[in-house]
Amino acid sequence: MNRIEELFQRKQRNVLNVYVTAGYPNLNDTITIMQALEANGADLIELGMPYSDPLADGPVIQQSSSIAIANGMTIETLFAQLKDLRNSVSVPVILMGYMNPVLQYGFEKFCADAAAVGVDGLILPDLPEYEFETEYGAIIKQYGLDFIFLVTPETSEERIKKLDSLSSGFLYAVSSSSTTGGDKAFSPVQEYLQRLQSYHLHNPVLVGFGVKDKASFEAAAAYSNGAIIGSAFIKSLDGAADVTAATKAFLSSVLH
Amino acid sequence: MTTSYKQPNAQGYYGKFGGAYIPEMLHQNVEELRTRYLDIMYEAEFQKEFQQLLRDYVGRPTPLFLAERLSKEFGATIYLKREDLCHTGAHKINNTVGQILLAQRLGKKRIIAETGAGQHGVATATVCALKGLECIVYMGEKDIERQAPNVARMKMLGAKVVPATSGSKTLKDATNEAIRDWINNPNDTHYIIGSVVGPHPYPDMVARFQSVISEEIRQQLKAKTGSELPTHVMACVGGGSNAAGAFYHFVDEPTVKIVAVEAAGHGVNTGMSAATTALGTPGILHGSKSLLMQTADGQVVEPHSISAGLDYPGIGPMHANLFDTHRGIFLSATDDQALEAAFHVAKTEGIIPALETAHAFAVIDQLKLSSTDVLVICLSGRGDKDLATYMNHM
Repeated sequence: MNRIEELFQRKQRNVLNVYVTAGYPNLNDTITIMQALEANGADLIELGMPYSDPLADGPVIQQSSSIAIANGMTIETLFAQLKDLRNSVSVPVILMGYMNPVLQYGFEKFCADAAAVGVDGLILPDLPEYEFETEYGAIIKQYGLDFIFLVTPETSEERIKKLDSLSSGFLYAVSSSSTTGGDKAFSPVQEYLQRLQSYHLHNPVLVGFGVKDKASFEAAAAYSNGAIIGSAFIKSLDGAADVTAATKAFLSSVLH
Repeated sequence: MTTSYKQPNAQGYYGKFGGAYIPEMLHQNVEELRTRYLDIMYEAEFQKEFQQLLRDYVGRPTPLFLAERLSKEFGATIYLKREDLCHTGAHKINNTVGQILLAQRLGKKRIIAETGAGQHGVATATVCALKGLECIVYMGEKDIERQAPNVARMKMLGAKVVPATSGSKTLKDATNEAIRDWINNPNDTHYIIGSVVGPHPYPDMVARFQSVISEEIRQQLKAKTGSELPTHVMACVGGGSNAAGAFYHFVDEPTVKIVAVEAAGHGVNTGMSAATTALGTPGILHGSKSLLMQTADGQVVEPHSISAGLDYPGIGPMHANLFDTHRGIFLSATDDQALEAAFHVAKTEGIIPALETAHAFAVIDQLKLSSTDVLVICLSGRGDKDLATYMNHM
């Protein structure tokens, strides 16, 4: 059983996944922030690999990515930072990023190195299901990594079931059609989440996009297994002198 | 299986390049387009309206002009396909007329577009005005500064011009912003991409709308020379829409040499260039796999060209395949060579070409033409929009 399965076996409600861009705000903050996330109640960590053209993300995450790239973050540097990850972080860790940097690194080498440092799963939003099924899915599985697909309120029932069957770990439910950090009010999207529940999916469901505080976290988690917070956390790190303290303060505001 | 250079396979691949690398948030829109574009485009009613607009609104067919003085200078027969005479001053409108009719049939009320030099933005704003649809054009902040007349034209046509302030603030970033708008507006919006880039089916759809260029060239050459086929067809390439249109009906004719001309900027190896095939490696940008200017870590490199329309770090997958298979000859011209060629064409033929097009004229001598050669150059746009740049070099 891998760490993600263990987590969802232990905890089915209010699972909190927090996104952070690797190498942000400073190149060597990655592990410090991950440790602080775990210490202050994050159940799962989604670590973003910065890309110059992150299409699914809004301005906050793009800006953090640009800063991380300027700080010198690369996939190679990231794996060096994560070398001793499992000495100090025990929650599941997912790498999130875009296909192009991963392809340049070498897709199989990437999966091998991710598995070797103790990464549990991958989110690559621009890896389409066709390419996953014909080429990349087998490599991901070969290294024992979970792969998490996204679904949206526009995704048909048939397609949701298909993407659920291709996913492992959990399914990422995008709360509304938007890029991350959108200023659309987080409507509880109750109907959509209840619809997902009615499909009796094989994976747990975590809700992301527009989840930013205690109220939206609770609203999202009410009809799912939990939620993902990204842009709001990145904003809270902006200009923070002490990233550990900033992380603690942010998680406290969401969980307490 | 017979391979065609002009059309992709069912998954949108031209050889190794193409596909649809898009996040799930775009799936519905792209899938709707993929399953319906061919049916809609080849409906009799659609074709009737499309052909009528190309004739009466765009001004097609555009002339195929025998450039006698250039022919004499280079010792061959040189024809110019006069896309600069299209309404709005460039070939871009062939595609926007097609896509606006498609958008109407898909029931879309709101149109978004990206633009570099502003020609595609103007062509989109024009057809939106014609059809009474809301139009939002994303344009890099830097391009807004250097293409002021086109910004004014778009505004006069009723479009909203939104500056892209991220990244290099040019065409690549305008495209990112347009894609994000589409993600945020999944139901009522159609995205009119201006080049043969983006996820499948865009490269194929835009190439088909632009293919009227080579369709006409064949008919016009036949009437003028007795043969439909030239020895060479040449066009400038940024993303590559005018080139795709000019090459389309020739790429599967083995006797016709296909010549694509990229922008070398200050020089291919200066770090200030947009010559994608010379500098690029396989990668994914804006939803398709193609050749891409990038770092070893896979971050997209900021290109440079004096011409905003060629200032793009990628190239359409159809062209990447022409390059990869050696079906096409890929050349490049620097900023200075393009400027010199623009002045030369103006004085020799009485035509002020767009800076983009001038890159093609700059490399004619590299083709080593002989007296029996027939070269067709796609004169993709007129140079009015570049007058400020030209005036700085007088």
